[in-house]
Amino acid sequence: MKPTDVSRPEYYHKVVDCQWGCPAHTPVPEYIRLIAQGRFTESYMLNRESNVFPGILGRTCDRPCEPACRRVRVEDEPVAICRLKRVAADLRGDVGHLLPSPPTEKNGKKIALIGAGPASLTVANDLMPLGYECEIFEQLSRSGGLMRTNIPAFRLPAEVLDEEIDMILDMGVQVHYDHPIDSLQSLLDQDRFDAVFVGTGAPKGKELNIPGREEGDANIHIGIEWLESVHFDHIKEIGEKVLIIGVGNTAMDCCRTSKRIGGVDVKVVARKGRPYFKASAWELEDAEEEQVEILENHSPSRFVLENGSLVGMEFELVEWEADENGRLVSKVLDSKIVPCDDVILAIGQDNAFPWIERDIGIDFNDWEMPVVDKTTFQTTRDGVFVGGDAAWGPENIIWAVEHGHQAAISIDNYCQGQSLVNRPAYGMNLVSQKMGLHSWSYGSEYDASQRAKMNHVDLVERFKALEVEVELGFDAEQTAIEVERCLNCDIQTSFSAPLCIECDACIDVCPVYCLTITDNGSEEEMRDRLTAPAENTDQDLYISEELPQTARIMVKDEDLCVHCGLCAERCPTAAWDMAKFDLLIPYAGKPTWTESAEAASTISS
Amino acid sequence: MAQTGKPSVRHPSLKVNKLGLTQRDYEGSMSTLCAGCGHDSITASLVQAFFELEIEPHKVAKLSGIGCSSKTPAYFLKEAHGFNSVHGRMPSIATGANAANRGMTYIGVSGDGDSLSIGLGQLCHAIRRNVDMLYIIENNGVYGLTKGQFSASADVGTKAKKGEENRMGPIDPVALALSLGASFVGKGFSGDKQQLVPLIKAGLSHKGFALLDVISPCVTFNDHQGSTKSYQYTRDHVQEVVETDFVPVLHEITAEQASGDVTSVAMHDGSVVKFRPVAEGYDPTDRDGAYSHIATRQAAGEVATGLLYIEKGSQDVHSFENTVEESLVDLDFEELCPGNQILQELQKQWR
Repeated sequence: MKPTDVSRPEYYHKVVDCQWGCPAHTPVPEYIRLIAQGRFTESYMLNRESNVFPGILGRTCDRPCEPACRRVRVEDEPVAICRLKRVAADLRGDVGHLLPSPPTEKNGKKIALIGAGPASLTVANDLMPLGYECEIFEQLSRSGGLMRTNIPAFRLPAEVLDEEIDMILDMGVQVHYDHPIDSLQSLLDQDRFDAVFVGTGAPKGKELNIPGREEGDANIHIGIEWLESVHFDHIKEIGEKVLIIGVGNTAMDCCRTSKRIGGVDVKVVARKGRPYFKASAWELEDAEEEQVEILENHSPSRFVLENGSLVGMEFELVEWEADENGRLVSKVLDSKIVPCDDVILAIGQDNAFPWIERDIGIDFNDWEMPVVDKTTFQTTRDGVFVGGDAAWGPENIIWAVEHGHQAAISIDNYCQGQSLVNRPAYGMNLVSQKMGLHSWSYGSEYDASQRAKMNHVDLVERFKALEVEVELGFDAEQTAIEVERCLNCDIQTSFSAPLCIECDACIDVCPVYCLTITDNGSEEEMRDRLTAPAENTDQDLYISEELPQTARIMVKDEDLCVHCGLCAERCPTAAWDMAKFDLLIPYAGKPTWTESAEAASTISS
Repeated sequence: MAQTGKPSVRHPSLKVNKLGLTQRDYEGSMSTLCAGCGHDSITASLVQAFFELEIEPHKVAKLSGIGCSSKTPAYFLKEAHGFNSVHGRMPSIATGANAANRGMTYIGVSGDGDSLSIGLGQLCHAIRRNVDMLYIIENNGVYGLTKGQFSASADVGTKAKKGEENRMGPIDPVALALSLGASFVGKGFSGDKQQLVPLIKAGLSHKGFALLDVISPCVTFNDHQGSTKSYQYTRDHVQEVVETDFVPVLHEITAEQASGDVTSVAMHDGSVVKFRPVAEGYDPTDRDGAYSHIATRQAAGEVATGLLYIEKGSQDVHSFENTVEESLVDLDFEELCPGNQILQELQKQWR
């Protein structure tokens, strides 16, 4: 194998599993260390730079970082990354003076943002400090998009939303509330805007067209619309017996909301078995804690009506088996009627663009979705960009944020007459953390503590009002333990082959057998003959240059390294060092240090 | 600061041996030797060898004297018994322990100072008695613990850290052991575990005194240019004369496929040591041949390593002293101390 090129940010970035897994590349270990030091404000601001909504995401994020967490591979429970983010948001001091401020002199460019959800807000967040004037068109009377109307207040209090959204809007974003855009054509015809960003989400709940749907309509609700109506107080109650069809995260919000406005016997009904549930494990757990019953392998066949009103639903009881192509096919075993007063359909969301004319240069694909470039977020019409759920269908907030960042880069480049395809590059800093003979600037000890369990408001108390936030957040002791569970994966083992005397000290001391000095070979063959076989091929092998004494190579399997720093402590020649990797993320108008340095060197030569 | 201990975290797919133990269970406390010390690699090799041989840690006695080397028993087999003796006196303690309890596995860890200076006489008698133990000399050519003076194994012409040259001839433990009739003599290098681990396993399984002289560079006082016991010098001058493989009892049948030039020596417990000479015509069962080959290589400035000599059918001190089969600890009190009357009768024989 060729020596690993560690000068590319990708290599060390991938070692930081959580940061690699996060669409917005939040520097998780660094913000956790700041929390550990009690520097909540700094931790919050570091979060805000990449994910913009730390308080919101600290409660609602889909947490792609947590399944990626190295701790899952070393033991089984990831670090509670998401809820630590909330700790930073809850305990931070005033950040007003730390927020980006827009220049008084504008750059003369105007941007229209359609929809006031996380994607549009992120675009405004990135562009306002550069002197752009952003106007948001929102069809409802409040900002936040689905973050506000679809996530119930018992999961995400309105104050948290308001505070973080206002940080952006207070930069001088003009918001036109109750202002749906019915025609993109007419907006473009106004000629007031240099670029348009579409962040309208996936606002249409999927239908279930089975017999009885029309007749029972009064008591059959579309999940996201129903949640929105509850939010706006248009709906204040629901029947005692409620069925939720679908088992995604919207279904979880629907069942738990039902429980708070009159639902007593609330059941979530799934077509498949538990391993196939779309809802996050923790949301399922929270719903079941509230005594929501979950029915597996129930395939809806019809709505049952008596005297014109809904009294139940009939299901086929099915069994799933994989066919020869590995696809699951169902076999009907029986059928069953489950009585109910109301049904909420939470079986997915669709996009809808009836307001975009098909003849204005924006191509649509076969699924009636605008064709959007995966890199630039631009449609086939120059100057019209799409991001968030509106781009490729429902994702989650953190993806919308990243879309917003990328679209902002494109919009900035577009307005400045630069190429959209030449994206600013990621950069990196790598700085030794050695403080002394056996001391590092980070807590290198492995802490075997178990993941902290979130404290909840007790069941009686939480049902008293829709707004009672269920999760209490971590207390000081839980936080103190949880931060130490982080393995500091951004503190990289950095190797310098010319210094190595092949004494084996690092290999002998490594608690998880990561290291091997061996003859070079092919990856496949080497993975088999390392100190411990490197079976997880998702994780890279670090390959050093040839070692000076024997021309063998140092190989490190990144899979299970706990970044304890022992290899570097036991290295007599400092060939191993623990160095902090800082991923430099480019944002609109803010290229990374590496790029500025390159630009400077080009100018001087 | 991780100096205090290796973290408890383990590789989730660690193998367990038939005792249900992982390799990590054979570790000891955290080494306080200098970073990069060869002794730590020997420690790691011991951990691996004991794990692979599936030896119960509580049936092992670790003995040592004084010196950097003699600290190392603390760093492996934390569940085993240990005795850190007076300087150079470890062989006597080992002999006594072995006499009283022959059922244990004995490992002595010593250094070139402990064994070749103050304890040379002790070493010679342990060899002579063929005490059933593995005796490792962690040989670095200097007194590391007292800041790097030349030891008795320092080669003529080797340079100290500050530049002075050694003029006195060395005592070579391998040549010494061969001339004293040692039944097992090996030489290894801490930087070559592939060779060292089988040597340790063979030594542990050998019935009698197994001497293993292991070059173990002192990174602090003897790893510079001009040293003949540095990592670099050793790597440049090592000549493996015999490739050794240790085949435990259980695996013997499957591993029987031996090519023409492989020789097997059966150990008392049924395990087998196999070796393949790398140097042409070398026969590790021929004491005189081994001695002369090693002397020739030494004259050529090379370090001969591998299983250098093994005596077939070695008899340890218990055999020729005709002692009881059981360990003394396993005997009933009445048997162990039969009383005054029997003592009187016994003494009559010599009156």
